[in-house]
Amino acid sequence: MSAGLTALSSGFRGFARYLGGLLGADAYTKYLEHHRASGHQEPPLTEREFWRDRTDRQDANPQGRCC
Amino acid sequence: MAGTPDDRNGSARREGAVTTDTTLPAAAVDENVREADERKWTPRKIALWAAIALLGGVAWFMLAIIRGETVNAIWFVFASVCTYLIAYRFYSKVIERYITRPDDRRATPAEYKADGKDYVRTDRNVLFGHHFAAIAGAGPLVGPVLAAQMGYLPGTIWIIIGVVLAGAVQDYLVMFFSMRRGGRSLGQMAREELGVVGGTAALIATLLIMVIIVAILALVVVNALGESPWGVFSVGMTIPIALFMGVYLRYLRPGKIMEVSIIGFVLLMAAIIGGGIVAETSWGAEIFTLDRVTIAWGIIIYGFIAAILPVWLLLAPRDYLSTFMKIGVIVMLAVAIIVVRPEITVPAFSEFASRDNGPVFPGALFPFLFVTIACGALSGFHALISSGTTPKLVEKERQTRFIGYGGMLMESFVAIMALVAAISIDRGLYFAMNSPAALTGGTVETAATWVNSLGLAGVNISPELLSQTAANVGEESIVSRTGGAPTLALGLAHIMQQFIGGTAMMAFWYHFAIMFEALFILTAVDAGTRVARFMLQDSIGNFIPKFKAHSWRPGAWLCTAIMVGAWGAVLLMGVTDPLGGINTLFPLFGIANQLLAAIALSVCLAIVAKRGTFKWLWIVALPLAFAAVVTITASFQKIFSPTPAVGYFANNAAFSNALADGKTEFGTAKTVAAMEAVVRNTAIQGWLSVIFVVLSIIVIATAVLATIRAFRSHAAGTPVTDTEDPARPSRVFAPAGLIPTPAERQLLAEWEKVPAERRFERAGHH
Repeated sequence: MSAGLTALSSGFRGFARYLGGLLGADAYTKYLEHHRASGHQEPPLTEREFWRDRTDRQDANPQGRCC
Repeated sequence: MAGTPDDRNGSARREGAVTTDTTLPAAAVDENVREADERKWTPRKIALWAAIALLGGVAWFMLAIIRGETVNAIWFVFASVCTYLIAYRFYSKVIERYITRPDDRRATPAEYKADGKDYVRTDRNVLFGHHFAAIAGAGPLVGPVLAAQMGYLPGTIWIIIGVVLAGAVQDYLVMFFSMRRGGRSLGQMAREELGVVGGTAALIATLLIMVIIVAILALVVVNALGESPWGVFSVGMTIPIALFMGVYLRYLRPGKIMEVSIIGFVLLMAAIIGGGIVAETSWGAEIFTLDRVTIAWGIIIYGFIAAILPVWLLLAPRDYLSTFMKIGVIVMLAVAIIVVRPEITVPAFSEFASRDNGPVFPGALFPFLFVTIACGALSGFHALISSGTTPKLVEKERQTRFIGYGGMLMESFVAIMALVAAISIDRGLYFAMNSPAALTGGTVETAATWVNSLGLAGVNISPELLSQTAANVGEESIVSRTGGAPTLALGLAHIMQQFIGGTAMMAFWYHFAIMFEALFILTAVDAGTRVARFMLQDSIGNFIPKFKAHSWRPGAWLCTAIMVGAWGAVLLMGVTDPLGGINTLFPLFGIANQLLAAIALSVCLAIVAKRGTFKWLWIVALPLAFAAVVTITASFQKIFSPTPAVGYFANNAAFSNALADGKTEFGTAKTVAAMEAVVRNTAIQGWLSVIFVVLSIIVIATAVLATIRAFRSHAAGTPVTDTEDPARPSRVFAPAGLIPTPAERQLLAEWEKVPAERRFERAGHH
């Protein structure tokens, strides 16, 4: 593959990662990272449990959206 | 973490109080190195800033001084961007150096309260986008459109200068002070800094302001969708699309947010195209052509259901869509304006700039231009976002300048682009679209006659142009489509069709724009209702403790119903108002929003004073004074003006007298019922203005008192109680701005060498 194409694909991947970060798509990865780094004994939440817990917490703590 | 020797109390928060772990690389760039770097002016740097200043100067000259037949839209881009760059590089640095004084050796809440969920260190560039998506919505797209009544220059100056000296300052300071307090909300900070009276007034004002803001945003949507089967269908489809996305994320593929957002986006485009096809059919036109009162009821019922449904089902997925669209639309608009570079024929100052009887919104340039454009220049609502959510995600203290100040500059740029889009259409069309039906008569013939009778320079519109434009965008009529959204949509369609697709694509672009505005607004309506409901539950909970339990269903439903009822009533009032709705209510929206800004700046003033920064207090006092003068003057005119078009009570008296005289029609109200409606509406609007202004004066007064007290105790040498969280040493490092400086790169490289398990804070804190 040519160098230009590689640069393009890595640029696109970077953009996709950025957009994902913006939408909060990487929240579970970050949670796992935190869980590992803080050395908890109990196993981390599974992906499904984590996302459920996340939206349920949003129910209890609504965040404003601006005009 | 508790128990480390560095965990000192607040009295030791001065610079240098935090000692970081010496076995790790530094958590901050050395003060002297950074200082030297900033003060060193290389020839390249000088040339760059001279070029930016020169280009900005030329652009302002083209906009403000040269009086040609037309002005090119590209000058708006250069004037704004160059001003933003200079303000960001110089003015926000002054604020950083003398007011906020961030210290990267201190850990942010995202570090010391890290829980992997709410408090998470977030990459600064991602957080910038995240914060921007939370603050920018339909507001900056609507206000500038309405303000174009007065010509392009007053609005342009206010959007650009306002954001630099007021809006961005507010956002930055609120974010920074909230971050220093573990991410506390504006309401909590107001109570701490201003005491019970100021805090309670701030809370009530915030609640009322949210009601008004949600109601008027909903009114914008109603006006855009009324009698528009295409719009009703495609916006209505966003609900099943969001529900599908919600179920998909909950049960099918949890966490696949990118994937579901792309699916949602494709479905959204299909809904827009499908809307055009459906609106063409006879059954489609019959089902989806709804009058504005029906749509208003639809939104009220929808608002109630959406606010009690679980977040995962509707709000969260639509939020993803909305964010996705927001970034896309703004990039698209910027690219289109730069590529197409439309010629603007609107004068710098229009005939209405020096009068107070404009048809789009009544009142003189001062103060009403400054309240009509709130979002984009100074928006108090941002203080609710800048406190609370974003501060819990900031990685390093120095990044708040980029995220807070920079994020608001970005919103201002959106407002400028909305202004450009609105003024790129024919001026006759602009007035025919934005004047209430009571003036235009509602048909193309009467509207054309009325617009031509205004005697505006260069305006001569034909009924054919009005019907042709409506046909181009796939609408029955564009006469009296008030609220700003349809005008922006037309302007955007006008620019985009020159870029992609030609006239054949105009209808698509128009409905694309209506769709994203509706999407932003519906998200704001839901989220606003939810936040207001929680605030109400907490307030009632002070008297009836049971209400504090947010999971208690009857309480939650009752409070939701109260909040929806409140904004629903204002919405219906606007929809049925014989005087037009938007023109009478929009000033109230701007006043409410800027009063909130005055409240937020008051809190900042008190905090800055308590930190002992008196020499630079004017940086906060200046925008506060301006916001206070503008909003209080506007409120007073709305309350006391003898001109019925401006003063609510003057209008009220005029209609009451007419009723007492036994008249059956008066002004634009053609029936007794309509006249009674005017009497009722003006009374409510008038009293709301009174309540707003009284509450704000209380808040500002308590803030000034707190400031004076701080000054006295500072002079007397007595310590002032500090409400910041105690300083804790940071164990991470990240650059402050978009591009890392050489010193930051060097430090980053040092951190790269630290083994991963040493880099992050270890356990023991829970």
